[in-house]
Amino acid sequence: MLSQVDEVASSAHADLQKVTRLADLEAWRVRYLGRKSKLINILRSLAALPVDERRDVGARANQVKNQLEQSLAQKKDELDRSVNLSLQKESIDISLPGRPYHLGRLHPTTRATKEICDIFVSMGFQIAEGPEVEWEYYNFEALNMPAEHPARDGFATLWVDYVTESGTRPMLMRTHTSPVQIRVMEHTRPPIRVIAPGRVYRYEATDATHEWMFSQVEGLAVDKNITLADLKGTLFEFARRLFGKDRKCRFRCDYFPFVEPGVEIAIDCFMCGGKGCRLCGNSGWIEILGAGMVHPEVLRGCGIDPEVYSGFAFGMGVERIPILKYGIDDIRLFYGNDLRFLRQF
Amino acid sequence: MKAPLKWLKDYVDIDIPYRELAYKLTLAGLEVSDIKVIGGSWDNVVVGQITAVNPHPNADRLRLATVDLGQKQMTVVCGAPNLAVGDKIAFAAVGAKLLDGHTGQLTELKPAKIRGVASEGMVCSEKELGISDNHEGILVLPPDLEVGKALSDYLADIIFDIDITPNRADCLSIMGIAREVAAITGKEFRLPDLSYKESGKEIGSYAAVEIKAPDLCPRYCASVIDGIKIGPSPKWMQDRLLACGMRPISNIVDVTNYVMLEFGQPLHAFDYREIRGKKIIVRRAAEGEVMYTLDQVERKFSSDHLMIADAERAVAVAGIMGGLSSEVTPGTTVILLESANFNQAVIHKGSLNLKLSSEASTRFEKGLNPELALIALKRATQLMADLGGGSVAKGLIDVYPGKTEKKPVAISSSDTARLLGMDIKNDEIRKYLESLGLKCNPDAATGKILVEIPWWRNDIACTADLVEEVARVVGYDNIPTTTLSSSLPGGEGASMVTFRQEVRDILVACGFQEVITYPLTNLETLNKLSPDLNLTGPQPLAMANPMSRDLEFLRTSLRFGVLTVLARNQRNREENIRLFEMGKVFIPRAKDLPLENEMLCGLIDSVAPDAYWAGKAEMADFYSAKGAVEALLSRMGLQAVFQAGEDVTISPGKCAHIIVDGEKLGVIGEVHPRVRAGFDIQSPAFLFEIDMDKLKALCGGKQLIFKAVTKFPSTERDIALLIDIQVTYEKVAGIISGFPLVVGVRLFDLYAGEQIPAGKKSLAFRITYQAEDHTLTDEEVEAVQQKIVEKLAADFGAGLRS
Ligand SMILES: [Zn+2]
Repeated sequence: MLSQVDEVASSAHADLQKVTRLADLEAWRVRYLGRKSKLINILRSLAALPVDERRDVGARANQVKNQLEQSLAQKKDELDRSVNLSLQKESIDISLPGRPYHLGRLHPTTRATKEICDIFVSMGFQIAEGPEVEWEYYNFEALNMPAEHPARDGFATLWVDYVTESGTRPMLMRTHTSPVQIRVMEHTRPPIRVIAPGRVYRYEATDATHEWMFSQVEGLAVDKNITLADLKGTLFEFARRLFGKDRKCRFRCDYFPFVEPGVEIAIDCFMCGGKGCRLCGNSGWIEILGAGMVHPEVLRGCGIDPEVYSGFAFGMGVERIPILKYGIDDIRLFYGNDLRFLRQF
Repeated sequence: MKAPLKWLKDYVDIDIPYRELAYKLTLAGLEVSDIKVIGGSWDNVVVGQITAVNPHPNADRLRLATVDLGQKQMTVVCGAPNLAVGDKIAFAAVGAKLLDGHTGQLTELKPAKIRGVASEGMVCSEKELGISDNHEGILVLPPDLEVGKALSDYLADIIFDIDITPNRADCLSIMGIAREVAAITGKEFRLPDLSYKESGKEIGSYAAVEIKAPDLCPRYCASVIDGIKIGPSPKWMQDRLLACGMRPISNIVDVTNYVMLEFGQPLHAFDYREIRGKKIIVRRAAEGEVMYTLDQVERKFSSDHLMIADAERAVAVAGIMGGLSSEVTPGTTVILLESANFNQAVIHKGSLNLKLSSEASTRFEKGLNPELALIALKRATQLMADLGGGSVAKGLIDVYPGKTEKKPVAISSSDTARLLGMDIKNDEIRKYLESLGLKCNPDAATGKILVEIPWWRNDIACTADLVEEVARVVGYDNIPTTTLSSSLPGGEGASMVTFRQEVRDILVACGFQEVITYPLTNLETLNKLSPDLNLTGPQPLAMANPMSRDLEFLRTSLRFGVLTVLARNQRNREENIRLFEMGKVFIPRAKDLPLENEMLCGLIDSVAPDAYWAGKAEMADFYSAKGAVEALLSRMGLQAVFQAGEDVTISPGKCAHIIVDGEKLGVIGEVHPRVRAGFDIQSPAFLFEIDMDKLKALCGGKQLIFKAVTKFPSTERDIALLIDIQVTYEKVAGIISGFPLVVGVRLFDLYAGEQIPAGKKSLAFRITYQAEDHTLTDEEVEAVQQKIVEKLAADFGAGLRS
């Protein structure tokens, strides 16, 4: 038996010399140290041997087994090192540019509109839409701005060349998204909670801060017991979600003919922290929203009883958000469609 | 509207810091957009008196002035021409911060030696103090100022620039703003004394007024001051006018401007000698009537204009501008002073079509109350008599055909609770409203307060208006913040918005950049897309008042937008451009708003990017555009048929109609060279256009249903066919995929040319076979493959290519 053990030892060592690949090493292990190998069989059969022989063979076999295991570990290390060495020789230039993927992007106005809408949708508002070419009635009259109302001066209007039989010219490019309020209230009974994104048009010369086409998001909530405090809470929450939770908000009286009381909401300037700078026009505040409680005449005109229901409405410019957030210095870039601009968003 | 703090203090006590006042006014709706501080840096500037003026030993143009400051005397070197012994002046000691007379920068005064003589300070000009631009000489102070006192005790002021909203014409006046200040700071408002002595003849002996257009002139008041002497107005009045941005002219004109700023009522002073026939007539202009206005322009009027006339001719355009003939001149001795109320619409229209806007017209067109006319007339008459030294005729002219009564408006604590979400007791409401000068009468029967609206508040007409007044006095920052507790609405909102976003996201994933273009264009551009657009397409809607020739017509197609954007970016040497726009086109309809049809238009240019180091970049072609459309439609769960078709923008033979469920959804193809040339696009480009409204309707019916994934393996066979060049891929693939067990057909090679007979092409397909219920045997697959070959041979004469 002892000689058998020695034979195994010498042939195992000889074979190990010839191993050059990790896969062969595994075969070697199975052959000499595996469950069915000669050596393991010898160790397993020790019990059947006489006591003396058992001791000698057992000691020798265990010694060989330990030696082989040690050699195996050594050889494995050796092979690992040589594999890594040869991989090293095939190393690539990881600094070469990656294969280009052609990425598309959304227009910054689309992105900003979605950002705004997502916040209101999460507050239970639904999205509504209305036509971009409107009747004067929806754009002005129904919003408490009859002809000759001084507030109409704030809405330089592009009129469509459409003349009725009675000689009036009642069709226009909507100057704000507020007509959607009216269209919604005409067809829906409270509770109402909608936002209406869309493009609006003004008769206006363009420069770095003026564009004749721009986008707005309009909002409207009508039900029993909706208050100015609800408006304040809702829109402050919106402003903080959009501009960051540390923003301070300012709530002040303002005038829009279709709301009463009227409100303007500003946030403290994130450029100067309220001390005053170019971005905020030295006031420390940046106006972001016009709002107010829906005027009782507007509700009544839509067949909603202002004695029973109340509501708030708000409107905001969309381009203004990326302009403020990213420091864009010229609004004309939005619809100039230069890819070098669009690709930045 | 500019409001100097000192002027406001004439009518209300102000004891809070000016910045706090500005913030409170802003919250209350009077937005303070700018604050100018005069004398904010006058720390070391005091009142001094010149006691001696001596020549400078080394310079002819400079002099040495000795200035008494009470405690001590100082000597300064000064170059001003108007140094006079005895004058009170503004003395700046070393350390004072002054504006440099030349650079305008704020600089600290340092001890200096000027031409060898030490100067211990400076005698200041108005410019150096920041009062005005005057740097001609030193500022001479009124003689009654106390020597040694800080200059800021007398001269400093703070000027608020306040944006007045269109509903508050009453606040286009110092008086109106002072009323607001009183209410929001809890102080008393004081009206100035309006009394004066009437020592002249009866006013009836001077003139009579007749209003022939009472609808346009609700009230006309006038006074006459006889024996007046024209001269400059006093310095205090000039200073206030300048602070509010108006130029002093003469005592008479300055009084009209001063009272307009003070009360908000425009006034007009006529030279009485030029009023013929002792008559003032308020009437519509005769068609084509002509008059020279004060700005020396001859203007023509129509019946849209309201005129002030005498017995013979027009002497002013009511509310807009005076006439040249009756202008007050240095020789004027008798003044007829007009304070009237005109219809806001007639002034607005008149000022627009005459292209003539004045301080007066901007106030009238915002709407003034007729009650104001008489009050302001009294104030102006008083000041004119004071400053011009004449005698005031007995009585006033007051023709008032448009007197109206305001109805009281009710409010109670339930209104403020319902609209503001605040619990405010009736007593408190009353206190807040009374602070604004609104008279409150509690009505025991209803538990409400009946509020009398004062004449100056044209903007209050309903309960909500009163609620806002309460909120303004409470302070908008004291309104609580709550969240909406109303129930959520039913329904689902505009699903188009979500749908649009899905489509956009797919196109972006396909590498397309979204663009947004103007919906207005010109006919030439639309004609570039389709030369006979005028004949076949709908005539686009036009603007009645286009901003320019290029922005005149509402688009009936999105195509020109993306084509223009492509050309523009190609000029910037961009390559591999993929664009899409989603937007509305406007199709005119009879007697209705146009149909706003939502469209999607995509465009790919063929210019490949520079070669990549690991391989050559490919040029885009028709199939790049088609791949994008297929990706989009398959993601939407739709299967499209591409049918050879025609389109005016697209090259014949390279155009397909996109058909889904038998309906034409859009078009795809290579942009026609004629169109490319029109838009100045250098290389081939590929366009697709899809009707979003139709696409959405088609998707609406599709319900996604899960299909089990087969457990049994699939097997693949290749087949290479030689076939007539006219036979389309679609026909061949259609036949193959019609056979049982075929689950996939992929064209992996297409070849025509050498080694292939003329008129033939080679198509190589990889066919995937699979059964849902067992593993296919070779025999089964071969049998089907054999039948496919036979069928293709029979139908198209296709042979196998070895
Ligand atoms: Zn700032």
